[in-house]
Amino acid sequence: MLEEVIAAMAAAMTEVGNASSLHTSGRRARRVVEESRERLAAALGARPSEVIFTGGGTESDNLAVKGIYLARRAADPRRRRILVSAVEHHAVLDSAHWLRTHEGAAPELLPVDARGVLEVGTLAEAIETDPSSVALISVMWANNEVGTVQPVAELARVAHRYGIPLHSDAVQAVGTLPVSFAESGVDAMTVTAHKLGGPYGVGALLLKRDVACVPLLHGGGQERDVRSGTLDTPGVLGLALAAELAVSRRAETASRLTRLRDKLIEGVLRQVPDATVNGDRINRLPGNAHLSFPGCEGDSLLMLLDARGIECSTGSACSAGVAQASHVLLAMGADEDRARGSLRFSLGHTSTEADVAAVLEAIGSVTERARRAGLATPTSAPGSNTLAFGSTSMAGRL
Amino acid sequence: MKVLAAMSGGVDSAVAAARAVDAGWEVTGVHLALAREPATLRAGARGCCSVEDAHDARRCADVLGIPFYVWDFAARFQADVIEDFVAEYAAGHTPNPCLRCNEKIKFSGLLDRALALGFDAVVTGHHARLTDGRLSRSVDPAKDQSYVLAVLRPDQLAHAVFPLGHSTKKQVRAEAALRGLSVADKPDSHDICFIADGDTQGFLARHLGERPGEIVDASGAVLGSHSGAFGFTVGQRRGLNIRTSTTTGEPRYVLSIRPSSNTVVVGTARDLEVGLIRCQRSVWISARPAGAFDCLVQMRAHGMVCGARITHDDDGELTAVLAVPQRGVAAGQALVMYEGDVVIGSATITATQAWPTSFGGSSDGVAEAVPAGPAQPVKQRYP
Repeated sequence: MLEEVIAAMAAAMTEVGNASSLHTSGRRARRVVEESRERLAAALGARPSEVIFTGGGTESDNLAVKGIYLARRAADPRRRRILVSAVEHHAVLDSAHWLRTHEGAAPELLPVDARGVLEVGTLAEAIETDPSSVALISVMWANNEVGTVQPVAELARVAHRYGIPLHSDAVQAVGTLPVSFAESGVDAMTVTAHKLGGPYGVGALLLKRDVACVPLLHGGGQERDVRSGTLDTPGVLGLALAAELAVSRRAETASRLTRLRDKLIEGVLRQVPDATVNGDRINRLPGNAHLSFPGCEGDSLLMLLDARGIECSTGSACSAGVAQASHVLLAMGADEDRARGSLRFSLGHTSTEADVAAVLEAIGSVTERARRAGLATPTSAPGSNTLAFGSTSMAGRL
Repeated sequence: MKVLAAMSGGVDSAVAAARAVDAGWEVTGVHLALAREPATLRAGARGCCSVEDAHDARRCADVLGIPFYVWDFAARFQADVIEDFVAEYAAGHTPNPCLRCNEKIKFSGLLDRALALGFDAVVTGHHARLTDGRLSRSVDPAKDQSYVLAVLRPDQLAHAVFPLGHSTKKQVRAEAALRGLSVADKPDSHDICFIADGDTQGFLARHLGERPGEIVDASGAVLGSHSGAFGFTVGQRRGLNIRTSTTTGEPRYVLSIRPSSNTVVVGTARDLEVGLIRCQRSVWISARPAGAFDCLVQMRAHGMVCGARITHDDDGELTAVLAVPQRGVAAGQALVMYEGDVVIGSATITATQAWPTSFGGSSDGVAEAVPAGPAQPVKQRYP
């Protein structure tokens, strides 16, 4: 977390007061919340009334996908289709899947190209098969695994041609890419504090005033009657401040991270010539380096690097701690082995030249060792059906 | 020494890892994810590899202050253990999946990867003693697991560490409590981990489908029918549904399964007695004796031990003539040879014969190996 955010939150925590209360302390807390709403809105090019504070990115995604679907379907029962890119976060994919199981929705996974990009034509084609049946479109601003940036504004324009709302999970984008809610044209946008140097467990859904959304949490109706629950005043303050700082430093952060990342990628490719970069080489998150190491198990690489103080990720973490073959890489056309032999290095505000140098010093010997281990014990047993493995293809699930 | 501690989330492997830490070794904990679609919570004493088990293992690693990872071995487990289990039953055998898991997963897949990644050994919570390559029974006879480890070759055991062999389960639980490990009173796991409801017949029926066939006696007379020969195990008495009784009213047992004709052969308890056992794929943990020798043999996990004379050849074939006829000896199980508590080696049972009447010229010098005189456990003459 950013020092400034910790200090501001620590000070806020000493104040008593429920922002929903009417007495003096309550009003003081409410003022902090409303100022935070204004500051967050200003940082993200939105109006304060468009900010709905939530418990984080997952809640925001659930609220957007389920809430907008239910509202749109209530207005016209023909609207059952939910168009989502195949590389969405599970918070979006699983929400859509849940709607299929419980609310008669018909989610469709839109294919991406080898870089992970959802092309505008692909979305247009999917809509045009029957525009009146589309309840909602959800396409992330930038992919959390491979870093590919989507043409969100163009996609929103296509959606609006048919009067369909578009939600975008911008959790990865804020603070590293220029993000303006108003200019992008999206109707709903997910942000979360902990990706910005803010606290865990607080986020927001930016929701246009004219987009109806059925609440998931019922109670006091604190947030525009779309979200209930006593607000975490210090958390909300932390989110707003972190977003403000991240946005004000964005250009500088982006150029610094881009330089470091390119150095990392080029260095790794020099040390491990058969490694490949996943995602779009140009339109990618500045702090994201995602690479595949043929013949290596991601599990082995992660452990060997971790032992050297280098922390990276295989796929996306899940509750059992097992690295499933990434649905993102599979959607981009990678095979099971390549998906399992991939690592994501994320660079952020604490990353330094020395960190990159440490990776480059270790990566050669680590991949060599992991490759020997991979040869010793191929994880996918000979003859096993790769299609039947893991999360299968998400297309099958939805 | 750098070791990898295999942590199932149970009390044994947690204490084994703790003792490895105490030994001053550099310990890394690994939980093997073996189930393709793990359950969120553990249900009862059966099953393992739920998300909750991975969580328990992680919390123990936290308490021990060691790094911890979950490695996905589900595909290998599926191919090497579960599919092998189903294929063995389809072939009329009675497999032991725990033994197969030790042979193919823990001390092959996991061990090979550990060695390649720079570890010196794999530490597990098995109840068996291993000293200087000598594998012997745990001091806790009720928990002894030397039987399911006896398939390991000396080169595998050379990189295995079993820190619990000198302790009883009770001592292990007490130690876990003292160390503040939350799994101290976690129930023991029983039965087959990948058949969570304990219904092996149902599991096999789902994988192999219904295959109706006949139940016959030794003369070939048809006594009844079954819906799949794979659902039967040698020595089984229940579930035969035979209406006609024997002339003497004795209960009938499964004597053998003939997969080629999908026939289950039944007979009386006396018919079940086996005196000669033929095996293949012998593995020698101690030096292989030069010629025939006498030892103790065990034919199933937690089964009875009896004396036997062993003859063996260079191709891994092995014959055991039992000093006392035994019941419930099934093809597919391992025959493990002991000298006292020390494991000599093991082999996979392929066929059995009665003792001693059906020996008549059965071949390869078996007749000479039959102990003379009354059926008494043979004296220890090994090595």
